Amino acid sequence: MSAYEQTIDTTPSLIITEPEKVPTMTPGQTLESISLKISEVVLRAGTPRWWFGALLVSSAFAVGLLFALTVLVFKGIGIWGNNQPVGWAWDITNFVWWIGIGHAGTLISAILLLLKQEWRTSISRFSETMTIFAVVCAGLFPLFHTGRPWVAYWLFPLPNTMGVWPQFRSPLVWDVFAVSTYFTLSVVFWYIGLIPDLSTMRDRAKSLFVKKIYGMVAMGWRGSTRHWSRYETACLLLAGLCTPLVVSVHSVVSMDFAVGIVPGWHTTIFPPYFVAGAVYSGFAMVLTLVIPARKLFHLEDFITMKHIDSMGKVMLTTGLIVAYAYTFEPFFGLVYSGNRYEKFLILNRAFGPYAPFYWTLILCNVITPQFLWWRKIRNNTVVLFMLSIVVNIGMWLERFVIIAISLHRDFLPSSWGYFKPTIFDILTFSGTLGLFMTLMLLFLRGMPSIPMFELKTSLPQVHLAGHPAQGDFEQEVAS
Amino acid sequence: MESNFQLPVLENKNAILFKDGAGDGPSIQPSVNTGLEKAGENQCQYWRSLDELADSPEFESFVRREYPSQMEVLIDPVSRRSFMKLMGASLGLAGLAACTVQPKEEVIPYVKQPEEIIPGTPLFFATAMPRSGGALGLLVRSNEGRPTKIEGNPDHPASLGATDVYAQAEILSMYDPDRSQAINHVGDIGDWGSFVSAIAGKVSEMQSKKGEGLRFLTESFTSPSLTAMMQGILADMPQAKWHQWEPARGNGHVTALGTGTSVQYRFDLADRVLSLDSDFMSELANGVRYARDWAEKRKVSTGSRDMSRMYVVETSISTTGANADNRIGVRPSEYEGFVSALAQAMGISGASGKTSSPRQQQFVEAVAKDLMAAKGRSIVIAGDWQSAYVHSLAHQINMALGNVGQTVFYSAPAEASQTDHLASITDLTLDMAKGEVETLVILGSVNPAYSAPADLQFSEAIKKVSFVVHHGLYRDETAELAHWHIPESHFLESWGDTRAHDGTASIIQPLISPLYSSKTMAEVLTTFTKNPTLSAYEIVKNYWTGGSKAPDVEKTWRKALNDGTVASAALAAATPAAATAPEVMQPSIQPAEGIDIVFRPDPTIFDGRYANNGWLQEMPKPISKLTWDNAALISQRTAEDLGLHATLQFRGGDYLADVIHIEVNGMSINAPVWIAPGQPDDTVTVHLGYGRRHAGKVGTGLGFDAGRIRTTKNFWFATGAKIRKKDQTYPLAGTQIHFTMEGREAVRSVSFEEYKKNPDYVHETETEKEPSKDMSMFPRYEYKGYAWGMAIDLNSCIGCNACMVACVAENNIPVVGKEQVMRSREMHWIRVDRYYTGAAEDPDTYFQPVPCQQCEEAPCELVCPVGATTHSAEGLNDMTYNRCVGTRYCSNNCPYKVRRFNFLLFQDWTTPQFKMMRNPEVTVRSRGVMEKCTYCVQRIQNAKIGAEKENRLVRDGEIITACEAACPTDAIVFGNINDPKSRVAKLKSDTRNYTLLDDLNTHPRTTYLGAVRNPNPEIQRLPATRESFWEESA
Repeated sequence: MSAYEQTIDTTPSLIITEPEKVPTMTPGQTLESISLKISEVVLRAGTPRWWFGALLVSSAFAVGLLFALTVLVFKGIGIWGNNQPVGWAWDITNFVWWIGIGHAGTLISAILLLLKQEWRTSISRFSETMTIFAVVCAGLFPLFHTGRPWVAYWLFPLPNTMGVWPQFRSPLVWDVFAVSTYFTLSVVFWYIGLIPDLSTMRDRAKSLFVKKIYGMVAMGWRGSTRHWSRYETACLLLAGLCTPLVVSVHSVVSMDFAVGIVPGWHTTIFPPYFVAGAVYSGFAMVLTLVIPARKLFHLEDFITMKHIDSMGKVMLTTGLIVAYAYTFEPFFGLVYSGNRYEKFLILNRAFGPYAPFYWTLILCNVITPQFLWWRKIRNNTVVLFMLSIVVNIGMWLERFVIIAISLHRDFLPSSWGYFKPTIFDILTFSGTLGLFMTLMLLFLRGMPSIPMFELKTSLPQVHLAGHPAQGDFEQEVAS
Repeated sequence: MESNFQLPVLENKNAILFKDGAGDGPSIQPSVNTGLEKAGENQCQYWRSLDELADSPEFESFVRREYPSQMEVLIDPVSRRSFMKLMGASLGLAGLAACTVQPKEEVIPYVKQPEEIIPGTPLFFATAMPRSGGALGLLVRSNEGRPTKIEGNPDHPASLGATDVYAQAEILSMYDPDRSQAINHVGDIGDWGSFVSAIAGKVSEMQSKKGEGLRFLTESFTSPSLTAMMQGILADMPQAKWHQWEPARGNGHVTALGTGTSVQYRFDLADRVLSLDSDFMSELANGVRYARDWAEKRKVSTGSRDMSRMYVVETSISTTGANADNRIGVRPSEYEGFVSALAQAMGISGASGKTSSPRQQQFVEAVAKDLMAAKGRSIVIAGDWQSAYVHSLAHQINMALGNVGQTVFYSAPAEASQTDHLASITDLTLDMAKGEVETLVILGSVNPAYSAPADLQFSEAIKKVSFVVHHGLYRDETAELAHWHIPESHFLESWGDTRAHDGTASIIQPLISPLYSSKTMAEVLTTFTKNPTLSAYEIVKNYWTGGSKAPDVEKTWRKALNDGTVASAALAAATPAAATAPEVMQPSIQPAEGIDIVFRPDPTIFDGRYANNGWLQEMPKPISKLTWDNAALISQRTAEDLGLHATLQFRGGDYLADVIHIEVNGMSINAPVWIAPGQPDDTVTVHLGYGRRHAGKVGTGLGFDAGRIRTTKNFWFATGAKIRKKDQTYPLAGTQIHFTMEGREAVRSVSFEEYKKNPDYVHETETEKEPSKDMSMFPRYEYKGYAWGMAIDLNSCIGCNACMVACVAENNIPVVGKEQVMRSREMHWIRVDRYYTGAAEDPDTYFQPVPCQQCEEAPCELVCPVGATTHSAEGLNDMTYNRCVGTRYCSNNCPYKVRRFNFLLFQDWTTPQFKMMRNPEVTVRSRGVMEKCTYCVQRIQNAKIGAEKENRLVRDGEIITACEAACPTDAIVFGNINDPKSRVAKLKSDTRNYTLLDDLNTHPRTTYLGAVRNPNPEIQRLPATRESFWEESA
């Protein structure tokens, strides 16, 4: 076998070569071992105890969310701390934060796919799933932050007898389209990508009941050439559709602010700045989830240090873009704009009542990620895990700084105010974290968290076992 | 007996509505008769025992059993209020339904529709609001027989069409569900019949003793018919005594000029005004008129040659002081020295005094010089609460300046009996304590148990009186100590009469039958006469017509009702001499080591009588912008000396203020501190009216009772007080937590000298210019028909807040409560911003009313995702409440922050009284929707409909917005800017006209006229050295 390996390594690789190669999979994997190790996580008898513990904790928070939203619907959003100058606070901060996290999925499945980054395979399912759950959490906020959630559907262009339509000049309407499109496509892409693996699960399941369940969701997949052919076309189309979404969703979200005239919102750098920030936080969240998951489910064979390292690099890159934006915002505000409100805003951010938040943000998003320059740190999962949490906190603060701090002191000093969260703000936010973790845990327990069939295409055997047709096909899929 | 309130058929058209049952249906039909008394004793017991039960363990356990899930809400102090609101309202509903037995009378619909009554079209009735020392003539709007909005009567000399905050808020007071609703006799529901017979017994007993031991206690009143009745009773029982008590009345004037003299000032004729601690713009008797006259003299436009100048000497900044051209903060113990130094400088014989600082000396010299140059054209006015010495000197100066007969006029008082109120309550209480009072009749909402000076211990003394009758709007602190309590009819429910400060008489006619089984003061007083069962209507009509039914008399009577004024003799002129007796001509305040204390009535709830009025509680104090609380005002340096936080820590919109312990003459209170610019060091100003123990659901327990350290000796001022920091904090709710403009030119101001040189200063001095109007790629919308606009003259705005309360009343704006104000969620559609400039010790204060600016390029409209806020063809920024989903994006994007969001269900949807109170032409907003000023679009539409029917355009001045109508100084003008002849168009063409935040290119329809102040160049201002104060208090 090792002779094979040596030979394989010399074949031209699609990976952008690195000076020191770290394999995307531990050596010695076979078709069988991939299926076994990945499906076993789901199909083995008995659930690990920690899983129940984790589910208990996260679903408790999710119940908190249910409680908070129930009170919200009955009493009004006044249970949150939002007030007169600060009309948006934690609600929209959370929305943008979750949407940003949801960016990793599309980026990995669409853009990295187009860039032929083969290492993406192992983490693609993971991040796509995370995307969907993050968008679910994100979507709760625009809905429930309205004063009357029961009429929030008026933001959709539903034909009605009164001939009343949404006001299409409002970025909130653009949001509705952007986010719902993103969510729909993400779900479809994710589900289609799951189908071949679901059939594997069906075939490997021992219990008849489980077989039936997987059989149903596998939608009769038999792996015939016709299936693969259609599958390939669908995947290509969806990947093509998803690619612009990576850029569009957060650009549109950023326009919620850029279109407004509030100092600190009204700026043209927002779309690229927001997209970079979104990818930044998305990768941070993937790391936050993947690092413990690979350990707990013993997936180190497939999610190797190579992946961890690459994700660290993406974080470093996007972090630098974000830092660049942070540097230029004060420049624009203080020097370039010549606008007294912008000047005041920058000073107020840095030295006003919320200054600690701003400096924590700088610490979390600019200073701390500089450690990622060192390979040793990128390869230390414990440190990287902590770093990813820090970046997540930083990105939440970034949105808070943009939204609430800009609003709390805008044009007329007489209207200046202050925002402080209530217990319901905290319950709602922690509740979405709980909901997210609950969904993630259920997914990890019930679905193959790494695409088995795709991983198999990376196996040397596949290319050398004399199935040129199959090999070509797989390469096409991979591209 | 049944109610003796007889509905006059002809004079009060509203009464017809009720009589004919064409009102709003039985659910809101107020019960005229004493249904409460007739109804089953049980229900009524249940209803009135609520108050007592509410806090008892039994009640709690009852709730626990009945609503276990709600218990936590009840215990939690924050949500307890809303819980109680709901509980109270639902129990109240049940109680009302049970108790109000509708009279078994046949209800017949109109056979012939009465003239002028068109359902849906409001009617206006003239009436008057009795005031201490005067009256305010009103026109009250009646919608289907329910008074819903108070406006000033343009024909009334004290109003001239304007009102103040108290008049505006009376609508809420009338409908206040916490008002006393039933006669109470030692804890039980009583009835009027038993009261009348009880009094009849008393009277015959008293008459044998010539009234010995019988005492009446009233507020000051000006009613001629009541005066006649009172005089009759006193003539009948010569040993009986009549006392008067109002906690906010000073006695310096009476001591200095003697009883029987009232002073009228003509500010419209005065070029120079010197106020010696007088807040004449906010005074009850004639403040509205004074503010109008004063502002009239200061209207400037290009080419103006002259402008009046006002000096104010005071401790804390008052509304008047905030509008001064030169103001100086003086400690109370320095007043008399200051004023006598001034008198000396003006050559008043016998006056000699010393000022306490070179700055004061400079002020005195400059003022003296300036006043001497304006002989016969100046006014020196002393504050009601100042000593006889200051009053005497002020009048001597006026005489020396030849102002008497020119700008200052003496007359007999409009009051029935001018009294030294402090002496009067002291006499009464001492007599009570000595056991000399057998029967005490307290009439007309006097509340001495709360408001009498602390050293008198009124509440103890009253226990020695065997028969106490209390008559008042609320079951207040005094009512709790009385044997009989008679609910008072609100003046909007009453027949009566009153006289204005200048003597003009008005008939008070009711707008609605009394909501509860209440009586007017005349009806209670008449039980002591030979005709104990006369109705208020009979009393007042008999007084004015002499019982004559002659047609011409009847005609005069009707005309008086229609006009709101009675053609009657003016007050007799008087020529008093200011007392110069040695005991008057000496300082009454001895300077002492320590802190000086100043007591003042509160600028929103006055002496506590409006404590239960949510509109006034939530209206920010004009200067401090605090709501729902009083605070101890101290200077920055005093705060530093005490080790208080120089900056107050703030959370939402609230301050966590440090609490101080104030001790004077062995009495002490704890009070939260508010650092007030312009306050002299080592002084504390505290406001009366808070700390009520029985005010009602809204007012009980708010703030601290400053009256607990107020004694007969230290009535308005105290010296030698000690204050120290307590180790606790108290949250205060302010609506404006930032003091300065941050160089943003929100209020643009200039001195008169500069203005004469450069009338276009508002534009030439601005740092950010308005972008040119052709910047856009798109052509601007052309407003072809009406184009509504508003101009607000900041030179006239005195910051009195009348516009705010008027807007609340007109537009059904909810009260949100202290907790919500602390979260900056107050709902006022128009707010009055207050900014300081200059040094913190010597600031200039500016006010700026900010309603929706109705931008032509409105940032809010662009971002609404559902098109709930849109632009009308007339330039209004319309708000469709039903369409609003509540994203608050519009509010975020509004640079003026004039949009208000219903974060919770702020409206009270359940209390039946409030349903009657609301303006039916304005939607009552629910929670979750945005709301905002619409330029009173309902008034615009009404006027347009009227004009279209007559096939003409709306005339200028036909549409008066609520804020404009209330404004005492005509600072707000609304109209069609497409009509070049309209008042608003003329104002907008003035050089002082500017746009708020014009660099944002929003093209607002509301514009401002810059302020012009006329300071004396010889008075040097303190340099703004302590900039840090402004920054830190940010």
